[in-house]
Amino acid sequence: MLANILSISLGAILINNFIFSQFLGCCPFLGCSNKVDTAAGMGLAVVFVMGLASAICWVIDNYILIPLNLAFLETLAFILVIAALVQFVEMFLKKSVPSLYSALGIYLPLITTNCAVLGVVLLNVQNNYNFIESVVYGITGGLGFMLAIVLFASVRERTQFSDYPECFEGFPICLVSAALVAMAFMGFSGMKIF
Amino acid sequence: MNRKQQFKEGLITNNPVLVQQIGMCATMAITTTLFNGIGMGLSVLIILTCCNVVVAALRKIIPDEIRLAIFVVVIAGFVTIVDLLLQAFIPALSAALGVFIPLIVVNCIIIGRAEAFCQKNTVKDSFFDGIFQGLGYTCVLIIMCVFREFVGSGRFGGGLIDVANGFRFTLDGTGGGIQIFPEEFGAAIMNLPFGGFLTLGLLIGLMQYALKRSEKKKKAAEHAAKEAALKEVEE
Repeated sequence: MLANILSISLGAILINNFIFSQFLGCCPFLGCSNKVDTAAGMGLAVVFVMGLASAICWVIDNYILIPLNLAFLETLAFILVIAALVQFVEMFLKKSVPSLYSALGIYLPLITTNCAVLGVVLLNVQNNYNFIESVVYGITGGLGFMLAIVLFASVRERTQFSDYPECFEGFPICLVSAALVAMAFMGFSGMKIF
Repeated sequence: MNRKQQFKEGLITNNPVLVQQIGMCATMAITTTLFNGIGMGLSVLIILTCCNVVVAALRKIIPDEIRLAIFVVVIAGFVTIVDLLLQAFIPALSAALGVFIPLIVVNCIIIGRAEAFCQKNTVKDSFFDGIFQGLGYTCVLIIMCVFREFVGSGRFGGGLIDVANGFRFTLDGTGGGIQIFPEEFGAAIMNLPFGGFLTLGLLIGLMQYALKRSEKKKKAAEHAAKEAALKEVEE
């Protein structure tokens, strides 16, 4: 069991990193990586929502949808759960942890359309994970996202001072430097645990 | 509304991926073979057109405060329909695209068009907008697939074209494609995530270069016309 959890976590953080090897969550990854601070805040919010969403969606899938033979409605149910969850987390943070709420700002509602969140829930179903495995995969997948976005934000801060062709202004130079960071993450791809 | 203008906007001047720069996750992830690219592009085209029509038809009934939730439900409904149809009739495509078919729900292109276009326009205009924006998306996917497949493994049309038993198109993803140069000379890295990021980056860069140049040309032409007019006045 412990070995299984360890292999899931290492897989989610390094080997099958959500951004650099599965391309899940690229929009916030490119949109919120201007500064290391905002990137870390965004990463933290995603870890939180991904962990919660994995837990709640697992319960809904296994205790409501599957017993009622409604598994074909998974996508519809999951996206509604995630949207409601993000709204709820927003209200909760606003009341009880206002400092974190103001630090996250606009990024919190945007998590609803982050495909990493819906992706992790769908992958949990696809991989037949049990409850603990689902939650671990959700949290560590979020940590992998956070690692990627923080690393990339520091790379991107450097590109402001570098000299590149004018037409690469904005997204293109980000994508090209993301390609180079992805190459570094490829180093983990052959790794096998247990 | 002018159809020609809409067509040009969807394919070039307001292309969803290259100019609006949205919906990039799937674009980078699945463009490894032509089969995947065309399959994904057409799925998005169908879903986008259906959602556009429904949202435009309901635009006067939908209350403003909960419009995003309603859009998401409409989109999720159509995505589920397409997902189930693909599983039933083209299982190879469904297996190849995997989680990226249900993830069309959170693809920003569809919710972006609903928010930016269908809310303010008629059903007919929204229908054509869906088709043209979908075509623009499909074209980008095809360009990326062709480039990555060619550089990565020296092939064209993997999964879609079968040349082993005479030239024919396959729908089950088994076609080997046309081998242009031996696979071991290809840069296999282009088939990996690195290639996805790099190809899209280069493509958007190229697009920005082309748009800037055409803008400069237009400005130069306007400038020349103005000077000519000034000269005439002086004379």
